[in-house]
Amino acid sequence: MIQRLLSNIQRKLAALGAKGVEFVCYMGSIAIFMGDIAYALVHPPFRIRETIRQTAQIGANSIPIVSLISLFVGIVIALQSAYQMQKMSAEMYIASLVALSMIRELGPVLTALVVAGRSGAAITAEIGTMKVTEQIDALETLATNPINYLVVPRFWALLVSVVVLTVYADFISMVGGYIVGVHKLHISHHMYVKMTFDPLAQSDLRNGLYKSVVFAIIICVISCFEGMRAEEGAEGVGKATTSSVVRSFILIIAADCLLTALMYFIGR
Amino acid sequence: MIEIINLCKNFGKKEVLKNLNLTIKSGETTVIIGRSGCGKSVLLKHIIGILKPDSGQVLIDGKDISKMYGKELNDIRMKFGMLFQGAALFDSLTVWENVAFGMIEHTATQKDAMLARVRECLGLVGLGGIENLKPAELSGGMKKRVGLARAISMKPEIVLYDEPTTGVDPIMGDAINDLIKELHDKLKVTSIAVTHDMKSAYKIANRIAMLYEGKIIEIGTPQEIKSTKNPVVKQFIHGEAEGPIAKDH
Repeated sequence: MIQRLLSNIQRKLAALGAKGVEFVCYMGSIAIFMGDIAYALVHPPFRIRETIRQTAQIGANSIPIVSLISLFVGIVIALQSAYQMQKMSAEMYIASLVALSMIRELGPVLTALVVAGRSGAAITAEIGTMKVTEQIDALETLATNPINYLVVPRFWALLVSVVVLTVYADFISMVGGYIVGVHKLHISHHMYVKMTFDPLAQSDLRNGLYKSVVFAIIICVISCFEGMRAEEGAEGVGKATTSSVVRSFILIIAADCLLTALMYFIGR
Repeated sequence: MIEIINLCKNFGKKEVLKNLNLTIKSGETTVIIGRSGCGKSVLLKHIIGILKPDSGQVLIDGKDISKMYGKELNDIRMKFGMLFQGAALFDSLTVWENVAFGMIEHTATQKDAMLARVRECLGLVGLGGIENLKPAELSGGMKKRVGLARAISMKPEIVLYDEPTTGVDPIMGDAINDLIKELHDKLKVTSIAVTHDMKSAYKIANRIAMLYEGKIIEIGTPQEIKSTKNPVVKQFIHGEAEGPIAKDH
């Protein structure tokens, strides 16, 4: 009985250890991959046309969904806070609340999550399909570095897209808040605009954009890495795409938590 | 000359190549035969340096490709052309961009000159007028031929063929065999083809090598292989279900 219990525990510990080793290997591979990207970023050829094409695909095509989501979130924040604010006759602070919470937090995070779900998944699926159909091997046989050819253009495209989309999402959500504030809660136009911009410091926008840079790097590294290690067949690509989205989401939220804490302590 | 010395490769616990030795002389067409999944493609990928061996060496003109990285590796790869089993065409590019890929990436050739070379290569594989199509619009056999056109577009010294005749109709298969022979006869290209199509192997090979259980178990001219005494090789080349080769592979 005790022996069985012990062997059971031993098996569980071994499984746990195996998971731990797997995790360390994964992180090691990611680190090597990031090193390869860093190397390729500063070595020619620089593929400007492909970078522009990717930016259009990742950035421009995400505008509709980012617009919708940020508009609704702006409206929702304004409506939700209206409950409390009205009790204290402090409706005008809704403008500051929408602006601050979006620029510091929700703008970068929501935009990154949308891009990870929409474009990150597409990148993994595309690179994963190239992997399983030997197109990545073919690139190598044609003396072309797959990281330089596939990853670097997507890296710049994601960086530019996520940062620009974040600023855009911040603005659209303020429009959402404005619609509720001015048309529903009857705050004057002048007052709403003043209360939006008055409490904002330059550091708010800067910190928000720092976050979006980190998120863009996370999306690029995870989506390309998962694609490059996709296993055989349609199932392999499907699995890679799922784990790309899940891992990007987790890492974005974790990085957000870390960065917010860091900025809080440094900013004090 | 290509020398493969004591090459070992494992995938997880599966030993795919076990102390494999093989020498391929320049200008010779060597066909590697063996059962599906026995490691023929893995061997080809070691020769061009896509896979790195667990141990052993792959010497291309005396230099070990498995120890090369970066520019040195790319420079030596410029000597190679490779036809993949599933053609591996880049599906975001058109046919002409696929065939001209090496030229676009590594040379400053004018577009007109590239197009002329693309048409020439496509003509060699019996295709024309499809330059602006995407790979998704082509049939399997056509893809393979475009893949072959891409492999030879940079006038390589060594061409690797992974199952060149699989998936194309018998007439086209024979035309591909003729093309491989022509490349060998006229341009003295070193060719290594992996196949289990014995008809094609007999037609194109100067030497045939049989890969079995991670090793080259026999190598010789087509005549020598046809009259082999080795029961494993005999069973394989005659395509018999009964014999020393286990069926459960």
